[in-house]
Amino acid sequence: MIQIEKLCKRYGESTVVDNVSLVIEPRTMTTIVGTSGSGKSTLLRMINRLVEPTSGRVLIDGNDTTAEPAHLLRRRIGYAIQGLGLFPHRTVADNIATVPRLLGWSDDRVSERVTELLELFQLDPGLYATKFPHELSGGQQQRVGVARALAAKPNVLLMDEPFGALDPIIRSKAQDDLREIQRRFGTTVILVTHDIDEAFRLGDRVAVMSQGRLLQHDRPAVLLTQPADPFVSQLIGSGDKSLKLLSLTTAGEIAESGKVDGPTVPWSVTLRDVLAELVWSGAAAATVVGPDGDPIGHVTLASILARGRQAA
Amino acid sequence: MQRIDRLGVLLSFVGALALTLLPLIVFKTNRIVPGEPRALLDLLPATALALYFTLAAAAAVAVFIQSPRARLLAVLIGIAALAVAVASAADILTPAGNRVVRVAPGAGFWIVLIALGLLATDALTRLRPGPVLRVAMLAVFLAATLAALGSGFFDDLSIMREYAVNATRFAHEARRHLLLALGSLAAAVVVALPLGVLCHRQPRLRNAVLGVLNVVQTIPSIALFGILMAPLAAMALAFPALAALGLSGIGVAPAAIALFLYSLLPIVGNTVVGLGRVSPAAVDAARGMGLTDAQILRQIELPLALPTILTGIRIVLVQNIGMVTIAALIGGGGFGAFVFQGIGQTAIDLVLLGAIPTVVLAFSAAVVLDALTDLTRRVPR
Repeated sequence: MIQIEKLCKRYGESTVVDNVSLVIEPRTMTTIVGTSGSGKSTLLRMINRLVEPTSGRVLIDGNDTTAEPAHLLRRRIGYAIQGLGLFPHRTVADNIATVPRLLGWSDDRVSERVTELLELFQLDPGLYATKFPHELSGGQQQRVGVARALAAKPNVLLMDEPFGALDPIIRSKAQDDLREIQRRFGTTVILVTHDIDEAFRLGDRVAVMSQGRLLQHDRPAVLLTQPADPFVSQLIGSGDKSLKLLSLTTAGEIAESGKVDGPTVPWSVTLRDVLAELVWSGAAAATVVGPDGDPIGHVTLASILARGRQAA
Repeated sequence: MQRIDRLGVLLSFVGALALTLLPLIVFKTNRIVPGEPRALLDLLPATALALYFTLAAAAAVAVFIQSPRARLLAVLIGIAALAVAVASAADILTPAGNRVVRVAPGAGFWIVLIALGLLATDALTRLRPGPVLRVAMLAVFLAATLAALGSGFFDDLSIMREYAVNATRFAHEARRHLLLALGSLAAAVVVALPLGVLCHRQPRLRNAVLGVLNVVQTIPSIALFGILMAPLAAMALAFPALAALGLSGIGVAPAAIALFLYSLLPIVGNTVVGLGRVSPAAVDAARGMGLTDAQILRQIELPLALPTILTGIRIVLVQNIGMVTIAALIGGGGFGAFVFQGIGQTAIDLVLLGAIPTVVLAFSAAVVLDALTDLTRRVPR
C-alpha cells in the first residue's frame, strides 16, 4: 500500500503540488490524469524522491520513503518514462540488467532474468539481447523500457507517459500487455497520462489533477457518473459518457445464461464493442464465448443500454 | 561507358607539368648554397624512362579506373618509383666518400609527391576503411617508410645526410617533442575533464571558465612564452627548490605550461558539449532506477560523451605537436630546434629534418585518435 499524505511541492512562489493525499491499494493500477502543468508528473516523481517534497510524506507499506537513501529506495521501485530513456550505448540485455546489477545479483541470475523478461515481452532473446536500442522499432523499445523497469521484480512500478511516443495501434497493444502483466505479477502500478481514455482504460482507480490539486480519486465508473468537480466532467467530456461507461465493462461480466441467435463475441470485449457489433448486424442479442471458444451465455441490447444509463 | 575521373585528370596534368618544367633533382656543392637542377634523363636514362612509364601508368589508372583499391595500389607504386629514382640519382651524383655535396629532391619531386599523396588520400576516402584498418594501414606505411630509410638506400639524399650528422640529437629532440606534446596533453586532461564536468553541472561556472579559456586561446604562442618568462624566472629565483626541479624562465617549463593552457579550452569545451548532448531522458531514467550521481557520470554520461571528448583531445594533440615546434624558440627543444637552426643557417635540409617528422607525427596522431573516436561512437547521432 502506498500512502501519500498531505504532499506539497513549491518552487519559490508557485505551488506545483498542493496538499495531495492519496491511498493506493496494493496490486492495483492507478492512473493519474491531468493537463500539462497539473502537477501529475511531480506527484509521481515525489514517490521515488526524484523530487523531494516541500512538505508531507509518502509511506510505502507503512515505511516512510525518507527512511533510506533515495538511490536505494529507487532500486526497489520500477520506473519507466516517456521517451523511455534507454541507454543508447548499452545492449538491450545490459539495459534490462541495470537494476539487478546495481542490486548485486549474480551474472547467472541476471542473464536468466533478462531472458525471462525478453520472452515475456515477445522479444526473441537470441535475436534481441545483443541489439542496441537504436536498432529496435518504437514498440520494441517501449517493451524493453517496461522490461527494464520490471527487471528486479519491484512491487511498485511508476510510469510517466510510458506510451506517449507510440502510434495508436501499437499503443493499444502496449496498454493491453501492461494490464496483463500487472494482473499476472500483482504489481502496484501508478501511471501518469494526459490521455483520459488511457486513464480510464488502464486504471482500477483514476486520480484527476488540476493546478496541483487532486480533484477526485475513484473508480472510473464513479468519475463518470458522479464527477466531483466541473473540471472532472469537462476532462471526461460530455458527448460520449455512456460509451465510456460501456467500455469499462466486459461482455463476460454481464453475460446471462443461454445461447441466442445473432453474432458471437468473445468474453473479453467491452460492452461498447458489443453494442457496435449489435448495431452493425441489426441483432438484438449476441452470444458470448469464453476463452476456449465455448459459449458461456449471451448479452442483450437492452441489458447493454441499461448499463450505459446515468443511474448505473 | 568509360568514365573519366576529374580529380585524376587534374592531378595527372599538374604532375606532368611539374615533371616537364621543374627539376626532379637539385645538386648543391655544399649544404647552404642554392642548388642547380639536374635532369634525371641525362643521369640515368633507363631509370628515368622506367619512372616516367610508372608515373604515366599511375596517371592512367587515376584517370580511367574507378576501383579505389587499384587507384591506391597505382599511387603507392608511383611513390615508391619516385623515391627509388631520386635516391639512385643521389647515389650517382655523389662522389664516393664526399660528405660535402648535397643531392636534394627538387620542386618537381615535391609537386609530384603531393599530387600522388592527394590521389592516395582520395582513394582511401573512397575505400572507407574501418577504424582498426586505418590504424593498421598507418602502421604498415610507417613501418615500410622506416624500413626503407633504414636500409641505407636513401643515405645519399640530402635530408638523410643531415639526419646522419644529427642522429643522436634527432632521437633526443624526438623524445623531447613527444614528451612536451603528450605531457601537456595528459596534464590538461587531468585538469580539464573534471573542470568540464563541473562546468556542465554549473552553468554560471561554465560561462566564466570558457570565457577565461577563450581569452587564453587568443594569446599568440610567442607572446604567451614571453608573458610566462618573467614570473617563472622570478619563481625560480625565489624558490631554489623549484629551480632545482628544472623550472626557469626559458626552456621546458614555460613551453609545457603554455601548451597546457592552450590544451584546456578544446577539452573543457568538448566535455561540456558532449555531456550536454547526453539524452536527458537517459539520465532521468538512470536516476529513477537508483544509480547514484557518480554512477550516472561514470556509466552513462561519460561513455556517451566520450566520442566528443576524444574529438577535443585530438584537436589538442595535433595542435600541441605543431606548437611544440615553436617552443624551440625559448629553448624548449623538440623538432623545432632543427627548424630554427636550419633557418639560421639557411640550410633547408635541416629545416625539413625538423618539419617532416612533425607533420608525420601530427598526421599519425590524427589518424589514431580519429579511429579511437569512431570506435567509441557506437551510437549513430
